[in-house]
Amino acid sequence: MTTELNSFRVEVRAWLERNCPASMRTPMPDEETPWGGRNAKFVNPDTKLWLDRMIDKGWTVPMWPQEYGGAGLGIEQAQVLEQELERINARIPLMSFGVWMLGPVLLELGTEEQKRRFLPDIAKGKIRWCQGYSEPGAGSDLAGLRTKAEIKEDHFVVNGSKIWTSEADQSDWIFCLVRTDFDAPKHQGISFLLFDLESDGVERQPIKLISGTSLFCQTFFDDVKVPAENLVGEVNAGWSIAKRLLQYERQSVGKFLNKSFDIQLHDLALQYADSETGKIDPDLRSRIALQTMQNEALGLLIERMERDVDGSGLGAPTSVMKVAMADINHKRGELAIEAMGAAGLAWEGDDFTQEEITEVKGWLRGKANSIEGGTSEINLNIIAKRILGLPDPR
Amino acid sequence: MNLDKESRQIFQDSAREWLVDNASITHFRAQRDKQSCVSGHESWQEMAALGWPGIMVPEDLGGSGLGITELGLIIEQAGHHLCASPLLSTGLIAVSALTLCQQTDYSQAKLRAIALGELKVALALEENHHHNPQAVSAVAKQHADGWLLSGEKIHVAEAGSADALLISARTEDSNRLGLFLVSAENIEIKPLQLIDSRDHANIAFDNISVPADALLELGDESCALLDKVLDRACIGLAAEMLGTATAAFEMTLEYLKIREQFGQIIGSYQALQHRAAKMYIEIELARSVVEKALQAVDEDSPEVAVLASQAKALMGDTLQHITNETIQLHGGIGMTDEHDAGLFIKRARVTEYLYGSSAYHRDRFATLRGF
Repeated sequence: MTTELNSFRVEVRAWLERNCPASMRTPMPDEETPWGGRNAKFVNPDTKLWLDRMIDKGWTVPMWPQEYGGAGLGIEQAQVLEQELERINARIPLMSFGVWMLGPVLLELGTEEQKRRFLPDIAKGKIRWCQGYSEPGAGSDLAGLRTKAEIKEDHFVVNGSKIWTSEADQSDWIFCLVRTDFDAPKHQGISFLLFDLESDGVERQPIKLISGTSLFCQTFFDDVKVPAENLVGEVNAGWSIAKRLLQYERQSVGKFLNKSFDIQLHDLALQYADSETGKIDPDLRSRIALQTMQNEALGLLIERMERDVDGSGLGAPTSVMKVAMADINHKRGELAIEAMGAAGLAWEGDDFTQEEITEVKGWLRGKANSIEGGTSEINLNIIAKRILGLPDPR
Repeated sequence: MNLDKESRQIFQDSAREWLVDNASITHFRAQRDKQSCVSGHESWQEMAALGWPGIMVPEDLGGSGLGITELGLIIEQAGHHLCASPLLSTGLIAVSALTLCQQTDYSQAKLRAIALGELKVALALEENHHHNPQAVSAVAKQHADGWLLSGEKIHVAEAGSADALLISARTEDSNRLGLFLVSAENIEIKPLQLIDSRDHANIAFDNISVPADALLELGDESCALLDKVLDRACIGLAAEMLGTATAAFEMTLEYLKIREQFGQIIGSYQALQHRAAKMYIEIELARSVVEKALQAVDEDSPEVAVLASQAKALMGDTLQHITNETIQLHGGIGMTDEHDAGLFIKRARVTEYLYGSSAYHRDRFATLRGF
């Protein structure tokens, strides 16, 4: 096994050496983020080249079966691939809610027809998906959602509104939780629908955030017609699918953020260190060391979970990852702006570098890490009950 | 050599069983109540019969030839049960020094003796209030065909029951920092009573004569040997602390599930549930680093030094948090001597101090990483 893995590593390394363009081994500016989709724009042509080559290998979704666009790798091989990509600082070829969240759920719970219809387009980045979960009145209490889907002969009619639909204005399709039974207990009247955002009756309004950007929308549905075959699972049985998807979401958010910073905190601090001594303030330095240790510990924890829990690394442990990630990432943001001093207050304009503005906005954007995909409080509840076995109040 | 996953589990389970039967917290408490310090040396022959001191000793010298990962599993369990013993200082620290250094008849004889359970060793390096392995005034003078050692060391763990001491001293001619393995015979041992009721002492030695081979050397740079030995000491100690933190947490969690106030199990209150969940996350993060650090030593990875500091610093913070919460979440009962919460917090603070505090290791980590 070890020799097989080693030869796989050699093979991967050689292929990456030949096929990963030089510019794809540099830090990724926001505008080059490869979200794919119908309206995908490639500011840098290498982004497209890199994506196409990775699609050919099935390595945008290395663990998915080949018939759905993956490479059918086992967990150990997939970790080797990941390590080799990291070794050359390769950019992620495709950023995708389809890859991280919907795809794994369809693989597990979709019909064969749904898998063939949706998975290859996800693997190839042809369709960009967004998540229709939260509503203005249903945040942490997600199961309290009110968006309504009426069942007609061969279709559903959807009315209502979703909020925090990530980049819905840039996306093509939505996976959406709807209420199909208003009389049943709240967890038992929910269904899981997939539909095209180009459908009649869909309106998307971007929401401006404290970071000044609009990463999320409020999305309105007015008599949107959704074909019956776009239902995943059974009618009124969508809650368990919804929860499963959240586990995949928490896993991907935890994992992704753990590796998403191009500049090390201590390098940033050294750039803005005291101009006379060239040294980082000792108290700040100690706190940066702590955050760095914790962040690396999180990376090791993620590796351990993937190894230990039958390779899938899912279930309540994803809540551990999610809470730790949010906390460690909050600390990173705070330490970054503190380390930058006056430049850590930059908003816009020529007085500041793009990197400075990006760090400051990243700090603000990071505040959502403990809210999106289940707040830290909800995840602490999950850990307390599912892992630690603590009781509900009588 | 390392065991596979399944054999490791069996290995650890059997260690746990032995500890539960022979060296549980109850056992420690009973000894603490009747003697001034608990060294666990009474059980050393039994531990030797189980093969524990020789886990890391090569097979041709009478050991098992296994890795620090395997010994770490036992030490973690010992930490879990607050079992006092010379296992860390002898089986891990002394064996590391004796296997990393250039092999001589002297070093090999000592390894054989350790594997047989006939030699217990304590590491003597500190001379100041805070861990500082470089600040050494103890001197070694060249003398006939050996050395004359003079100096004082403080807070030497397991010194009272030790048959030999591993002493850091500067050579008089070249001012090099060397590690000497010296018989305890002519060394003055002044027992210290610390909060954890374990075996600690200050020691003094004045012109004691030791053979030339007592200086353990790593090629020609024995300063690096001390660094390597300390990295392993930190990692082994972090494994013990992990066991201690896990045990204190499990005890606290059990209490949250049985204690009732206002007609409710207190563990049903969200404020306490969240604190328990945060402790669990912190332990899981620290465990990931400790396991990685143990593995890194066995793989002779260049990351050992960084991981040693990372493991010691994170484990120190974690253990401090867990033991404080252990008392608070137990309430009044946790303040009483009859409850184990106090035994955990008292041992915890000693381990936090030994071989460098969290602050020391954050500083070292930053330096190793170039900032």
